[in-house]
Amino acid sequence: MAVPTETTGPATPGTTPAVKPARLRRGSRIPLTPKVLVGAVILIFFALVAIFGPMVAPHSPDWQANSTSSTPLPPSGKFLLGTDQQQHDIFSQVLAGGRDTLLIAFVAGLIATCLSVLIGVTAGYVGGWVDEVLSILSNIFLALPGLLILMVVMTPLPPADTDNPLLIGAVIALTAWAWGARVLRAQTLALRNQDYVESARVIGERKPRIIVFEILPNLLPILASSFIFTVIYGIGTYVSLSWLGVISPATSTWGTMLNTAQQDSAMLGGYWWWYVPPALCVALVGIALALLNFGIDEIINPRLRSARDNRKGVRYTLGLTPVLRTAGNGSPPRSHRATAGSADLPTPVAAASEGKSK
Amino acid sequence: MTTILRRLGFYVLAAFAAVTLNFFLPRMLPGNALQALLAKMQTTTITPQQLQALADQYGLNSKQSTFSQYMTYLGHLFQGDLGHSTSKSVAVTQILSKDLPWTIGLVGSATIVAFVIGTLLGIVVGWRRSGLLDALLPAATFFQAVPYFILASLLLITGGFYWKLFPYANGYDTGRNSNLTQGWNGPFVTSVVEHGVLPAATVALASIAGWIIGMRNMMITTMDEDYVLVAAAKGLPRWKVIAVAARNAILPTISNFALSISLVVTGSIVTEIVFSYPGIGYQVYLAVLDADYPLMQGILLVVTFTVLGANLLADIAYVILDPRARKEA
Repeated sequence: MAVPTETTGPATPGTTPAVKPARLRRGSRIPLTPKVLVGAVILIFFALVAIFGPMVAPHSPDWQANSTSSTPLPPSGKFLLGTDQQQHDIFSQVLAGGRDTLLIAFVAGLIATCLSVLIGVTAGYVGGWVDEVLSILSNIFLALPGLLILMVVMTPLPPADTDNPLLIGAVIALTAWAWGARVLRAQTLALRNQDYVESARVIGERKPRIIVFEILPNLLPILASSFIFTVIYGIGTYVSLSWLGVISPATSTWGTMLNTAQQDSAMLGGYWWWYVPPALCVALVGIALALLNFGIDEIINPRLRSARDNRKGVRYTLGLTPVLRTAGNGSPPRSHRATAGSADLPTPVAAASEGKSK
Repeated sequence: MTTILRRLGFYVLAAFAAVTLNFFLPRMLPGNALQALLAKMQTTTITPQQLQALADQYGLNSKQSTFSQYMTYLGHLFQGDLGHSTSKSVAVTQILSKDLPWTIGLVGSATIVAFVIGTLLGIVVGWRRSGLLDALLPAATFFQAVPYFILASLLLITGGFYWKLFPYANGYDTGRNSNLTQGWNGPFVTSVVEHGVLPAATVALASIAGWIIGMRNMMITTMDEDYVLVAAAKGLPRWKVIAVAARNAILPTISNFALSISLVVTGSIVTEIVFSYPGIGYQVYLAVLDADYPLMQGILLVVTFTVLGANLLADIAYVILDPRARKEA
C-alpha cells in the first residue's frame, strides 16, 4: 500500500494565495496536467462501473453456467472474461464487485477526513494542552498497525455485521484518520500566525468563524490530498481483508474474487483470466487516485511540478525558481488564458535567475 | 534533554495505550461474537478447562470486576505471559520468539534497501528535474497505490513461478532433499537469503516510491535555499553542492518515516502471507483461520511494540543528524 509522503512544509506566502480572490479563480487553479487528466478519466470510469455495473452485467454474480463442470473456462465470445471454477461469469462479477469496494473506501475516506479536520485543526489552532493531548493521541494511532487491529476486531464478528458497508467503512476510518490529522495540524500551525488570520482576530471575529472561513479554505488542497490517501488506504485495506477471508461479504467483491481464486490456486493453475481482472481493477483505481494526488501536491507546492509538464522548455537548474503565474497580476485570468495556446498549463517564469544558473 | 525525555514519555504512554487497547478489544466486541468464537474453538483440540480459562480471560460470565481483570492482565503481561495459543497448545510468547526474528529481518533489510536506493534516486531526480527520470515518476506510484498482496502476488507469479528466478515459498529450503541445519552455516544462510529476495523486494518496492518522491520534493525545496546557492557560488564541485542540499533535505524524510512505518510493517505481514514466509505475518493468518484469539492478540501487541521501536530508532537518527534537535534541550 501507499507510503505517505508529507510534502507540506510551513506555508510560504507564495504558495498560499489570499482567500477571497481564490474563490473566483478556483476553477482555473487546478492544473490539468496529463497525470491529473488520466487519473480523473480512470476514476470516472470506475465510478460509472460502481454505479451502473451491477445493472448492465449480463448475469448476476451468483449465476452459474452449469453445475457439473469444475474447470474454469477461458475467455470466449460467450463469457468475455471466462468463468471460475464454480462456473461463475467473471465479467459479471467484476462489474458487480466494484460497488461495495468503492463505497466502503469512500465512506472511510469521508469519515476519516472529518475526524482528522476536527482533531488536527483543533489541535493546531487551540494549542496549549489541547494540542498536546490531541497530538499524542494521533501519534499513538499512527503507530498502531491498522490492518492487524481490523483483523483482530473483525475475525469474531458474525457475517451479518461484516456485510454492512457503512459499518466496515467507519471501522476502517477509525484506523486511518491520524495521518491527515497530523498534516492538517502542521499546516494550521503555519497558517495561524499569517497576517490575514491575525487581522481577523484583531477585528474581533470569533474562533469558529476564523477557523471555518479563514483557515479551512486554505487547507482544502491538503484536505483533498489526505482524503485521497485515505481512500487508497481504504481500498487496500478492504480488499486485503476480504482477500484474507477475514470478512466474507454476501455479494461478491473484487477482494472475495481474489480470495476464491487464491483458495482454488488459480495462480499456479494458470487461470490468469480469473485473478487478473479483479486485481487490475484494484490496481487501476489506486493508480488513478495516486495520479490525482500528484496533481494536488503540485497545487499545494507549485515548485514540485515536473519539468516535463511545461512545453516552454525552461530547464530547471540551481538558482532558477519557477513560479506559477496563474495568480494573474490583476488581469482577468479567463481572457488571458483564451489567448494562450496551451491554456491549461501555467507558465513558469524565472524569479531568481541570478547566480549560477547555467 | 527535555526533548528526549518527552519523546521517551510518549513511548511509554503509547506502549501503555497499546496494552490497554489490547485488553479492551475483545470486550468491545458485540457480546455474542466472542461466544461464537469460543464455540468455534470447542471443536479444535482444547480442553474444557482451557476454554473456561479463556472465557475468564475475556471477561465472559466472570465474577471479577473489569478493573481487577485489567490488573490481572497487566500482572500476566509483566511476567511475559501472553496466554496460550488455542490451536498450537503452546505459550504465545514461544511462537512469537520463534517468528519475530524473521519478520524483523524482512522488514529491516527491505527498509534499508528502500531507504538507500530511494533516497539516492530522489536526490538525482530532484537535482536533474528536467530529466527522463522525472517523467517516469508517476510510474513509481504504481507500487505505492497497489495493495501489498497484489504486488506480492505479481512478484511471486513472475519472478518465482514463471521465470523461476527465486524460490517463492517458505523462509528456507524445507524440501525433502534439503539437509539444512538451522543456524549460522553457509548453506542455511544462502537458502534464507534466496528465499527472502522476493518478499523483501515486495516490501522495498512498495515503500521505495515514498522515499523517492519525499526526497525529490525536499531536494527541490532545499535547492532554493540561499546556502545551496552560496555553495555553488563558491565554486564547489557539483557533487559537494548536491551533498549540501541533500544533507538538509534528508531530515524531513526521516521524520516522515515515522508516519509510514506502521504501514510498512502491516504490508510486510500481508507479504509474508503471500509467500508463506515463516514470520509473524503468516502466523497471524494461521491464527485467523484457526480463530486463535490469544495468538492474534499477542501478535497485535508485539507488532505495535515493533513499530514503536522503529519509531524510536528514527527519532534517535533524527537527533544525530539534526543539531537543532539537540540544541533545543
